[in-house]
Formats: sequence, structure tokens, C-alpha cells
Amino acid sequence: MGKIKILISGNEAIAQGAIQAGCNFYAGYPITPQNELIAYMAKNLTQAKGVFIQAESELAAISMVYGASAAGARAMTSSSSPGISLKQEGISYLAGAKLPAVIVNIMRGGPGLGNIAPAQSDYFQATRGGGHGDYQTLVLAPGSVQEAYDLTQTSFDLADKYRLPVMILGDGILGQMMEPVTLSARKIKVLPLKSWALTGCRGRKPNIVKSFFLREGDLEKFNLELQKNYALIRRQEERYEALYLKDAKIILVAYGSMARIAKSALMQLRGLGKKIGLIRPISLWPFPQKPFQLKNKKIKFLVVEMSYGQMLDDVRLAVCGRQKVEFLGRSGGGVLNEEEIIKKVRELVSS
Amino acid sequence: MRTFKRPESLYDNSTHYCPGCGHGIAHRLVAQVIDELGIREKVIGVAPVGCAVVAYDYWNFDCSEAAHGRALAVATAIKRVHPENIVFTYQGDGDLAAIGTNETIHAANRGENLTVIFINNAVYGMTGGQMAPTTLLHQKTSTSLEGRNAALHGYPLKISEMLALLPGVCYIERVAFDSPQGILKAQQAVKLAFENQINNLGFSLVEILSPCPTYWGLNPKAALDWIQEVMKKEFPLGRLK
Repeated sequence: MGKIKILISGNEAIAQGAIQAGCNFYAGYPITPQNELIAYMAKNLTQAKGVFIQAESELAAISMVYGASAAGARAMTSSSSPGISLKQEGISYLAGAKLPAVIVNIMRGGPGLGNIAPAQSDYFQATRGGGHGDYQTLVLAPGSVQEAYDLTQTSFDLADKYRLPVMILGDGILGQMMEPVTLSARKIKVLPLKSWALTGCRGRKPNIVKSFFLREGDLEKFNLELQKNYALIRRQEERYEALYLKDAKIILVAYGSMARIAKSALMQLRGLGKKIGLIRPISLWPFPQKPFQLKNKKIKFLVVEMSYGQMLDDVRLAVCGRQKVEFLGRSGGGVLNEEEIIKKVRELVSS
Repeated sequence: MRTFKRPESLYDNSTHYCPGCGHGIAHRLVAQVIDELGIREKVIGVAPVGCAVVAYDYWNFDCSEAAHGRALAVATAIKRVHPENIVFTYQGDGDLAAIGTNETIHAANRGENLTVIFINNAVYGMTGGQMAPTTLLHQKTSTSLEGRNAALHGYPLKISEMLALLPGVCYIERVAFDSPQGILKAQQAVKLAFENQINNLGFSLVEILSPCPTYWGLNPKAALDWIQEVMKKEFPLGRLK
């Protein structure tokens, strides 16, 4: 059988990837620029015999995901920046109850109501836990519609494997852009066994899903357990793409849609014989450390973001002062183009 | 001969509740009804944030916590994923009628096939006796020092009456733990609320006027009198739908 290729937007590709991965519960609330995702789920998840609920709020939607996950379902919700701020309550509870879930943030401009243009200004919120308490979510940032489709499937597996919420961090460009996607042949018939799930206590002791530890010492013990899990994830789940690092004198660092524009600038500069490389983090937490361990002290990193420097902090931590780290960013709906990146690179070459 | 036994659905644990508190009675009624209906192995309970957050320390069946006010969103999802299970929430007045009003109204309006046990004690217990949405006019709390004043604080919220207006709702009844007869009546109401779910009839809620002697500043006997003489006037008992 030949592979099936379809033309689809990033939002729809995430939805289709979720259904392909066996997602059987979705709750969401409308917000631009991710409305294609909720509409796709309303139609296709219902056809796939999953549960679709349009919730009364983001707070309700994420708590529905909590309930569905507690009941053993593969559960997902999606939103955009202001809605994701509301969902932080539930995301912290998911982390505290060790419940797997997939949360999609198709970022738009902020702060406040901001605008509906693409942005990458929720990086801090996504990679530092986001809500209250000592926790992390695993964060994946697709750079194409195909990768959005593929990584959504991976997200469900990672969420179940490590029992934590996984966030897919995209932006308005990725969500709205249409590209051909090759559908995977993966078929999930049986979801992973979840002995902790709430199903009724027939033939076993009752299961309790909770994040409340009132007795002295219990919460600290639990938090250390979480930390152990996070350490394991740090060791095992770094994901990135690296281009032309071997001879590069300037290395661009960008993720998501911004990385596509950076890559395009890189190809132009390479065509002119300039020694430029690119690191594209795919997992934003854990942030990839490996590609930054370079010995040549003369290399310069140029971090390019649709924000005023958020991933920049993680690059500085990974580089740890060995090389210079420069920054170029626009936010609030401004999207850097190739020429702006090339101009900055030329400045760095001559400085 | 009939003997008075502890239900299988209730653990033999010592209580963390204050003397004269209504939660212990309500926990037992729920457990007893679950035993009577033979559904212990099918039940999934959702505990609130508030004094009853650790209800699962007393109940011998599957339970989940929920964020404050979100119990009915959590329960909605559990029931939709497992329609064959019996799912209920157990919530206080702050949880159900203040921070969770939105979740409450919309779960009821969707006609979710759920059972709700709503404990109305007119006060926030766990946090130390602050004014609740159901606090009576002139009732003194740590955040309404001179008593609840309609001009400043609004009126006691009659959420059960509001919910009774919704077409998705199947059954609503208000009962009170003010006497042995009141407790027996409450038990019947709780049973009906679970039976409705078993028969797929939709959203059922039992509001229980329940004593909180500690934050009413009364001894347990005087607290029961206060329900009878004051609270029942503001929150009349009976079937609302």
C-alpha cells in the first residue's frame, strides 16, 4: 500500500496526529489562532468514537482533561496564549497527580489579550512549569506541519511513559500554514495499561488520584520522586536538529516557525560561502545541551526568536560562558524575515 | 434481628472532623446508599477542596481530587469516559456555588448523568470560617465581622433554586441534618439521586444543610437548633425539581 499524503494546516495536523495516536478524549474552548483544531476534533474525534466536549471555559476544559486522564483515557486540550494562562491551574494539578495529558499552545501575541498574530513569547511559561509548584512539563516544538503531526503522536507516548503533561508549543504561523503531510500507518488498538486509573474498584483496592499531601514530609518525598523522573527525562529526551556545525563560525539558534526562516537565511548565506550553522531545539524542556558543547571559543551563537529573548536564557545556560551569545528578536506580531537575520549575521562577521 | 453496622464502603477510620460536624454523617449516608445499591465496585467519587478533601480516607472505593470548584468538570469527563460507572461529586458551598459556579451550572445544563452531594454549611470551614456564598444575612464570619450585609456582600445564593430552572436537570432536593428524621430523609434523597444516575435520568443534586458548630460559634446542639430556626427559613427544605 502506498503512503497517503494530504494537504492540511498545522492545527488540523495536530488534531489528526492525536486521533492517530489513540487520543479518545478532547475538551477545548474556542480561541484564535487554534480554532481549526477544535473544529477538526468536533468532527473527526466524534467519528472515531472518542469523546469531544466544548467546555464552558479553559479552566473547565483542563479539569475535564484531568478527569479523563484519571479515568485512563488519552486526553488532550488545545488553546492559545491567554487560554493557556487559564489552563495553568489544571496543568499544575495534572503534574501533581502524575496524570498524562497533551496540551497544545498555538502561541499568539501578548501580554494580556495581545493580538492574534504569531509569537513565541510563552517560552518561559511553557518551559518553567507555568503554574504553581516544583514541576515541569515536557515541551516539544514542531517546525513543520509534518513534524506537528508526528510529534503529537510522540507526545501521547511520552505523556504515558513518564506520567506527566506534555506541551506542544507552536505558533500562529505553524497552526495556520498548510503543507503536505504523509499520514503514518501506525495503528493503536490497545492503549497502555494504566493500573492506577479510576475504573471502579472491582477485584482490587481503591485507586485514588490526588495531589494533596498534608502529612509532614509526604509532599517533600513526592516532590523528590517527581525530580527523579525529571532527571530521567533530561537524560533521555533531548531532541534537536543540527545543521553545518562542523565548520560553522556563527551558529543560529531558533525553534518552531522561526527556525524555518532562520534555515532559509542559513541556506542563502551558505550559498555565498559563509560558514553558518543552525541548532533547532525540538524539545524545549528538556533543553538540548549536547549540540552546544563546542570547544572552539571563537564561535558566536545568534539566538533568533519571536520574543524579546526567552530561549536566549537557556542557550546562555547551555553555552555557559564558553562562547559569545548574541540575540535578535521581534515580538507582538513582528516576524523576523531572512534579510533581517542575514543583516545581523553580516554585522557579527565584521565585528 | 437488624444490626447497625458500618457499611463496607466506609473505612473504620477515626475522624478528622470537628465535634458536631455534618460531614461524618454525610460520608456515612453516601457509603450506606452505595452499599444498598450494590455499586461500590462501580462508583467513582470526586472529592472537593475544603474540609472534605480527604473524603477518600473514609470511602472504600475509587476517588479523585479536583481543583477547587472544578469537581463537576472532572466528574463530567470521568462519566463520559466510563458511562457504565457511577460517578458523583461531594462539594461544599464555596466549592460548588462560588469558585465552581460556572462548572456547576454548565454540567447541570448539559444534563450530565451525575450525582451531586452538596454540603451547605453557610461558611468556609477549612480556611477558618470566612463568608461563603450561602452565608446568611447578619451571620458573622471572619470576613463579615459585623454580619453579612446585603448592601456590601449581596444575598445568600440559592444555587439549588437556580439549577432547578435548567431543563437538563432531573432532580434537586434540599434536606437538613437538624434531626434524626432529617437525616433519614436525607438518606432517601441521596439514594434517589444515585438511582436516577443508574437509570440514566440525568443530573441529580441533593443539598444538605449541615452543621458547622466550630465556625458558627455554637455548641453542637445549638447548631442543630440554628439550622431549624434560622437556616431553614432562608433555605426551605423540599423537592425543588
